[in-house]
This record gives sequence, C-alpha cells and structure tokens, in this order.
Amino acid sequence: MIPASFDYKRAGSAAEAIALVGQHGDDAKFLAGGHSLLPLMKLRLAQPAVLVDIARIKDLSYVRDAGDHIAIGALTRHREVETNPLLTQHVPLLSHAASHVGDPQVRHRGTIGGSIAHADPASDLPATTLALGATYVAQGPNGTREIAASDFYTGFLESALAPDEMLTEIRVPKMNGAGWSFQKFNRRAQDWAIVGVAAWRRGTESGVALVNMGSTPVLASSVSGAIAKGASVGDAAALAAAEAEPQSDNNATAEYREHLAKVLVRRALEQASA
Amino acid sequence: MKVSITVNGSSREADVEPRTLLVHYIREHLGLTGTNIGCDTSSCGACTVHVDGESVKSCTMLAVQADGCSVTTIEGISRGGEMHPMQKSFMENHGLQCGYCTPGMVMAAIGILDENPSPTEEEVRIGLEGNLCRCTGYHNIVQSVLAAAKK
Amino acid sequence: MGGSILGERVLRKEDPKFLTTGGKYVDDLLDEPKLAGALHVTYARSTVAHGKILSIDTSEAASMPGVVAVFTAADLGLQPVPSSFNPMATRTLLASDKVRYVGEPIAAIVSTTREQGEDAAETVYADYEVLPAYTDVMSAMAPGATLIYDACGSNVVFDTTVLGLPENTGDDFFKGCEVVARGMFTNQRVAPCPLEVRGSAVAWVDGRLHQWISTQHAQGALAPIAGANGVDPSQVRILTPDVGGGFGAKIGAYPEEVLLGVISSRVGKPLRWRETRSESMVALGHGRAQVQQVTIGGTRDGKVTHYQLHAFQDSGAWVDMGTILAPFMTRPMSSGVYAIPNIECRTTSVVTNTTPTVAYRGAGRPEATAAVERAMDLFALELGMDAAEVRRKNLIPKFSEPHTTVVGQTYDVGNYEESLNRVLAAADYAGWRRKQAERRKSGDARQIGVGVSVYVEITGGVGNGEQAKIEVLEDGRALVYTGTSPHGQGHATSWAMLASERTGIPMDRIDLVWGDTDLTPVGSGTMGSRSLQQGGNAVWSVAGTLVEKAKKVAARLLEANEADVVLDTDRGAFHVAGTPAVARTWAELAAAEKGNGGLSHDEFIGVPGATFPFGAHVAVVEVDTETGKVTHIAHTACDDAGKVLNPLLLEGQIHGGVAQGAAQALLEEVLYDADGNPTTSNLADYGFISAAELPSVTVVHMETPTPVNLIGAKGIGESGTIGSTPALQSAVVDAVSHLGVRHIEMPCTPQRVWAAIAAAGN
Repeated sequence: MIPASFDYKRAGSAAEAIALVGQHGDDAKFLAGGHSLLPLMKLRLAQPAVLVDIARIKDLSYVRDAGDHIAIGALTRHREVETNPLLTQHVPLLSHAASHVGDPQVRHRGTIGGSIAHADPASDLPATTLALGATYVAQGPNGTREIAASDFYTGFLESALAPDEMLTEIRVPKMNGAGWSFQKFNRRAQDWAIVGVAAWRRGTESGVALVNMGSTPVLASSVSGAIAKGASVGDAAALAAAEAEPQSDNNATAEYREHLAKVLVRRALEQASA
Repeated sequence: MKVSITVNGSSREADVEPRTLLVHYIREHLGLTGTNIGCDTSSCGACTVHVDGESVKSCTMLAVQADGCSVTTIEGISRGGEMHPMQKSFMENHGLQCGYCTPGMVMAAIGILDENPSPTEEEVRIGLEGNLCRCTGYHNIVQSVLAAAKK
Repeated sequence: MGGSILGERVLRKEDPKFLTTGGKYVDDLLDEPKLAGALHVTYARSTVAHGKILSIDTSEAASMPGVVAVFTAADLGLQPVPSSFNPMATRTLLASDKVRYVGEPIAAIVSTTREQGEDAAETVYADYEVLPAYTDVMSAMAPGATLIYDACGSNVVFDTTVLGLPENTGDDFFKGCEVVARGMFTNQRVAPCPLEVRGSAVAWVDGRLHQWISTQHAQGALAPIAGANGVDPSQVRILTPDVGGGFGAKIGAYPEEVLLGVISSRVGKPLRWRETRSESMVALGHGRAQVQQVTIGGTRDGKVTHYQLHAFQDSGAWVDMGTILAPFMTRPMSSGVYAIPNIECRTTSVVTNTTPTVAYRGAGRPEATAAVERAMDLFALELGMDAAEVRRKNLIPKFSEPHTTVVGQTYDVGNYEESLNRVLAAADYAGWRRKQAERRKSGDARQIGVGVSVYVEITGGVGNGEQAKIEVLEDGRALVYTGTSPHGQGHATSWAMLASERTGIPMDRIDLVWGDTDLTPVGSGTMGSRSLQQGGNAVWSVAGTLVEKAKKVAARLLEANEADVVLDTDRGAFHVAGTPAVARTWAELAAAEKGNGGLSHDEFIGVPGATFPFGAHVAVVEVDTETGKVTHIAHTACDDAGKVLNPLLLEGQIHGGVAQGAAQALLEEVLYDADGNPTTSNLADYGFISAAELPSVTVVHMETPTPVNLIGAKGIGESGTIGSTPALQSAVVDAVSHLGVRHIEMPCTPQRVWAAIAAAGN
C-alpha cells in the first residue's frame, strides 16, 4: 500500500518550515520521523496535499540541561530519549516510557515532537510528559509561545497548535529523585497500550497521567489530589478513572479500561512510593 | 524528485515520486528484492534495513527522506562471499523456514546486538517485537541471535 | 564406511540463498523475460457484507492516469461456477448479482504501475441494495434468515445427516451416566497470515498460458485456470516460485488468480498481481470458525462412557474447503485418543457473510481435539480429579495393530500413555502443581495454571501416494522432481538426504524441482502434513529403483553380472564386489545412457492410507488475576511423528506449530462489526503473535514408526498446533479454577479472563 500523491517540500529551518506550511494551509502537514503520519497515509486515512519535511532541521535535535528542567528538541528521536544520559538521570520516567514506544525500528525514526504533536491518546509520550508537568514550545509565523502540556490536548488527534505552528521543544521538569513508574498494559509488546499509566511521586506531590483512557491523554488530577491530602495509595487509585472517558473497542470495554486504570494506577503508585 | 542514496556502499541516484516508499525504491528501482513487504502498518518488520547504521522499517520511510543517507540491505552484509556472522547463525540454528521474514529479521537482529552485545533471551524476544514470523515460532530465531552474540 | 545421514541434524542447503539475496518470491520476478512489459492488476472489492448489486460504476477509474482497462463480471462475460462441495452454490469470479462478504472482488483494474491501480480502485463505485448480514452461524441458521445462496434453499450447505449419518439424540444419550458435563465452545475464526501474501503473474507465450502463483499446489491450480481460460490443460503451465508460507490457505486457486489469464488475453500484455496485507486479511481464506456443542458423561470414578459433539462449521461466504473439514476431518477424529464406547457426532456447515473458510494448519483436527480436550477438563473439574489423571484413565491402550474407534476411524499405531508420561516428566508436571499450590496459598495476584492435552491427528489424508523422479546428469549431479511443494518445510534438504542416502550422490550435488506443471505434472502438493510420508517416501523408493537400474548399466560397462555389481555409497560409484578399484561413477553411467534417454526413474509410489501422529503437550501460564493478563511461561511438547528424518526440521515444525496454536488460544481472532465490516483487517489490529509473547519450547522426542510407508514417517507439520491450543486454554482456566471459573472462550484475552473471574466471584 502506498500513500496518495502529494508534494514534498524540505525545510532547512523552522522558519522556512512554518512559511511553507503557511503557504499551503490546511492541506499541508509537517513530516518529522513519519511514524505516526505515514502509516495513516498508506491506509489513506490521511491524504495531505503537501508534506513539509522538517527532519533535516539539525538544530531541533538536542537534549540540554536548562537548570530546573531538561529541554528536548522536538526532532529528538525516541531512541535518544531512551538512552540520553541527561534524561536517564533527571527524567528517568520519560526515558523509560520512550523505551516502550513501538518497537526498536520505530524508535530509531520516530521523534518525541512528532508523537506529541500527533496527540494520540494511545501514545506513550503525550501522557508521560503530561504527568511530568511538561511545557511545550511552539513556533509560528509570529514567534514562539509556551503551552502547558495540560492545555495542549484539545481532542482526539487534536492539539492547541495552530496549523502553521510547529512544536520545537519539550521542557520537562527534573524529577529530583522522585519515585516513578510506567505501566503499559497491552496485548502484544509492539501494540499501543490498552491502558497505560505514567506516574511519579515525591512525598505528597505526585503526577499521574493515563494512556488511552479518553479522546486525549488524561491527567488523573483526583488521584494526585487525594495523595496531596494524605490518602493511601489504594484510596487514591480508586479515583483513577475520575477524569477519564474511555472508549470501548476490540480489546477492551470502557468498564474494563476503568478497572485496569485503577489497578495500574495503584501498582504505579506503589512502585513510585517504594 | 531526484534522490541520491548510498546503498550497500555504492552511491545511487534516481528520480522518484515523493510518495515512493524506501522499500519500493530498494526493490523496484534497484532490483534488490531481498527486502520484503509483509504488511501495510509497520507491524511485521519484513522490510527492515539499516539507515545510517540503525534498523528501520523501510515501508515507513519515504525514499526522499533517505536522500543523502546510507542504506544497508540484506544483500549488503556478506563480505567477500562470506556470510555475516548473524546470517551464519541463522543457518546453523535453523532460524528460518519459508525465508520471507528472514532478511528483515536478520537486519533487526544485527541491530539488537549493535545496541546490546550480550542480551538475555528476554531482551532478544522484546528486541524482536517488531518483526513477525509465521513459521518458526521464533524459538530458533531467538537461539540464532543468542548464539551470534556469543561469537 | 560413512554412517547414515538419516536421522541427523543436517543443516538446510536452501538457506544461503534466503539469507543473502532473499528468496525469489512471485513479486521478485523482475527480470523474468516472459513478464517484460507486464501491467498491474488491482481488484476493487465489496465494501458491504451482503447486498444485491444494483450497478457498478467504473467510469472514473477507467479515466484515471495509467489505467489501461477496467473489467467487471459483465465485461468479461463471466458465468457462474458451482462449488466443488455443494453444486447448488454458484458464483461468478467477480461478483455480479450479489456481494456476500466485505472484500469480495467486484472489478479488476489494469494499470501501468501498481500505484495507479491502487488510486483507481478507490474510485470504483458500486450501488447495493443492502441485505441483512450474518457474521456467525447461529444467526445465519435462524428461521427466516435471508438466504446467502438462494439456490441452496438454506444457509446450511452441508450436514452429516445428508451422508446418511444419524442426528444426535440429545440428553437421552446420557441416561445412566453418573456424571455429565456440558459446554458450548467457540473455536474462533483466525487468519492464517502467511508472511507473504498472495501474488501471481501471467504471460501468454505462443498461445500458451504461463502462470506463476504463490501456491501450495500448482498441479491443483491447473484445471480451474485452464477451465476459466477455455483452453486445454496442456496449454497451461503453472510455475511455483519460492513461497513465503501457506499454512493451508494457499492450497486452492483463488478468483483473483484464476482470472489473470483471462484479463491478460483481453489487454494483450503480461500481468502481475499482488494483494496488500489489508486485502489479504479479508480475501485470503480464514481458518477454524467452529461452534461446538459438547456433552460428556461417565462414571464417578472417572471413566468416560458417552460423548456427544455437534459442530457448527462457519463456511464463510463461499462453500469452500472449510465447509467439509467438519464432516471429514473433525468428525472422524472426534474420539481423539480416548476409548469412549459411545459417541455421537454431527456436523453442520453454514454459509455466513464473512471471508470464506479454508484449511488452516490442522484443518479440522485442532477443532476435534479442542472439543474433546475441553470436555475432558470439564469432566475432570466435575469430578475434582487431576486433568492428567482423568486422561490417563481413558486413553486407548498402546496398540501396534490398527485400532478402530467407535466413530469408525482406524488409527495405524499408537502409544498415547507413553507420550503423556514423557511430557509430564519433561515438563516437571508435579513440580508445577506444587508451585501452583504454593502460589494459591500465598494469595498472590499472579496465579499459575497448568494445562495438559493429549491428541491424535490424521495426516497424509490427502493423496494416496506421490510422484517422484530422479534424473542423473552427465556431470554426476542429480535432479529430484517431486509432486510436493515446499514453502518453508525444507524439502530441498530432506529429499536430498533421502536420495543421497540411497545413491551416494552428495547432497550438495542434488537439486530439487517442484511446482512446475511441465516438469512435475503429477503431484498433490504440500498440505495435510503429507509431504515426507508420501513425497519423501516416493523419493526414497524411486532412488532405490534408480540404483537397481544403474546397476544394470554398470554391469554392462563393467562387463560383469548385474548380481555382482554393488554401489559404494561413500563415493557414489559402482563396482564388482571385491574389486573396488575398477568402478563406474554416476556421471559415467549417465553419459553412457545419454543415447537411451538418460539415466532416470519416474514413478508414482502409492501408500495404503493416512497416518495418525499423536502426542501430548503441557503448557504453563501465569495469570494476573487483577488484570486478566495471561503470560505463557513454559511449554513442553512430545509429538510422535514416527521415524524422524531430520530432527532439526522436525523441531522447527513443532516450534512453529506451538506458536500458532498458542496464538489461537491467547491472542488471535478475526472480528466483524454488526454490519459485517471486518475490524481486524491489518496486522496492527489483528493479534499476530510475536516473539515477545512466547516462551522457548521444550521438545521431547518419541518415535513410533508407522507401517503405512517405507520410511516409517508420519506428519509433523500440524501436530504442534493441534496439541498446544487446548493445553494453553486449559492452563488459563486451571490458573483461575480455584476461583470458580470452569471455562474461558478463546482467545483467552485479558478482558475475558477478568470477566470470567468477576462472574465466578458473583
């Protein structure tokens, strides 16, 4: 199977990419690693008229220590997120989650920015960065702006990015020794999560986000609220699905997903609290 | 669109439609049919090749994205008529039956050892999560990779 | 003297090619001169499951760039063809009056490139009057259901009662039984998923059709293809390139393949066709798809006296081979390995609006085994008896003379208890039971389950022998021609081992010829685990006769008595006994016979019947009782395939079979929505099992040779699948049986396991 025909433009810089997409409007799409977009195009579920290849923009692939947070260039590949020493030291939850994305071949090409911009609620990194309280940096024709992860996901495969805005950086607060856990419950190793949980905890502070429990990645605020008030892990985990609106599909009914979320959040918090 | 891709050490130029997948470029433009296509969804890994030294599913990459890159296919890993140690190991451990998944499986297996030279059995199994085989039940493929790691 | 290579772990001679340049599959025939300038065919397919075709509009497709022609059934003048298994069911090879499943081909597009064909197929518009769609046998059989084939008068298209076999008598059958257990099981629909999908290419050369197909049986494809093209079979040559797996689904020729020659003659160009995986998932035949109503009864001390099975076989939307697997494969094997004095077995095959079902690894026997093994488990649970013990109590005792079961099937040889004993010991069954007891006591969320299955199956049920020819060339090399058709089984190696053993010609000087109907016109292909016991047996026999023929030639050249000539197999040379220095090589004999038509022997070697491999499996799983997740942690298989030619290849067949069996038990299922739309039509949605979901497999060897053929071999291709599935399913139920769970349907998905635990607790 092959994609429908399209025009291909290669951008040398973020500004050039944004200008190119601006010229072509809604028919244009950014192409980074292509591992979210190309499968959809092959099945003809997506048929953009123009692809703007941003993968060659060299200055968007980096991992930097920025004091209280780690700054990750949007074009940083999953494999780099998985293995980069700054990330494994300061944001081990994110590195670990990246090691569960797709399969090794996918991780060699897919990028963190592409995964987040695609805004798939079933993907691992949107929820993980959401749990970590990340901030995303977007660049548009009129400059850059910061978007909190908690404000970014607006619907199924929809984000706060304007069509001519490009995600350029992901800023992830350092975990400073917080306990953490990533629970991916799936059918086969290579599959998307049926339900996933990314969680961290430092005393009464915590962050918990759910994969594939609604049309967007879900921040389980009720769980963190309960932990903040001193609730037990078990009592807090019982609230896991409070913010979720899961769908039913071949692999799981909504009811089963809610059950899984509670079990997995409990296990995640147990691990993060240990 | 013109692309210049180094394939198995030699530089190749071609004019391709933007929608040409890297695997179609390899198979149809270059006639290197060792790399196979087993699915439409990046699931099976039969099309695995190395791009700049890393395993990649060539069905999920456009040829234009590989412009300027170095690509290695199953045809490019023997040296002077001598099979690559991973190829030998697959033969010695009966790691293939119908042979269709084999080129992608071998390329993925080499990639696993590049990143983790002495994996456990579990690490090999997880490492092969993106490569499907219907014949072998994976038992002898896993043995092939473990045996190659010991060499 | 060198020893025999038979029984040795000989490495495969075909491997270097597959490992270095890759096999030459049908889509790899880029430099085949007969296919120069070939156009591409793409089929447009039905998007509704059941409907009357009101119109098909191909005008837009015909105007697309690169499109050479578009054909519907009407354009090609296609006439209805009857099913081989129920002549009242007829269809045209492109749907004309009705569509009966999503994915049925409705039009053929011919284009310069494959990409253009894909683009054009999207623009073929068909208008349908949508009819009710049935995706399961029970709704298709319900009174008032719309007929899928009007002429059949019913959606039931085959029933054992039409063979004169009795109906089941219901509960009355179990009067007097002290213990009775019942169940309704679904042996779910699965997709065979050979890694290479279907593909074919055609070229008319001087009025003769050359057709390459990815098939398990070239000779079988010849007649339907000749028929569709309206030519004598002599005007068709089928060629089999390397084939990337079949698993039964590539036995028959499909409409997409049969039509290519017809289309080629219309456009006057060679053609290539290759489906995508998304097409393959809906248009390559599916397997299993049986609903089983099972009742078992017996005594309180664990003796089974009565067993009743009604199997409802889902044929899918065509009366294809799947239809007859229930009556002719499941029913005869319904007694399994057990001495059950009273059995009733009826099978009913039903058409539905789903992909047609065909043979799939095991083909009717996994279903028979699953039914009786699940029944045994229910019986054991009812009695509170150990699953292995209840089986042992009911096994047919060891027999070396043919044994006939109460359903009338005769088995060749059997020693079931020994296979059970061996597998239990190798798997450390007692040890796992101890671990299970400890885990239960600890109240851990992760519980252990152990499953046992004992099975017997039927192999070599297809064909009554096989053709083989061995030809010695003047350079001393030999060609072995076989009617079997390898697609991963290693015939190039195995047949060379057999021929080399008898002739002394080294294996690396023996090449295999198969799947070319000009060179191997007679053959039953590779299916039903028949190849070694029939095809290999024929090679063995023909090699022996060839040696005798060669001795005559050698005697002439050596000016000796034929009776004095011996073959030194160490060096492949003939000499008079006692004078080895004066010898004639195979090359010299072949050269001497050049004028007499060469040195070769060609013969059909018959066999008197099928063989009945048996064995036992132990599967161990860990079940997360909070989430329902099952992890397959250990598997031990004792599969007795008779005399073993090459243990390396035997083990490979078992490993692969176990994986496919485990896949059915735990992961894989073809699903449709309520309107009959497939929802598992690619490998992201369908749960094709990977290395990460499987354990390594422990293989326990056991050899009970069959007297049915010269080499003592039974089949091994399907045993692993047949034995593993029920062991796995049983293990999952066993892991949670202490919570009150009696049965979990396949695949035992986390949600099903979780739901079963929840239901048992209420």
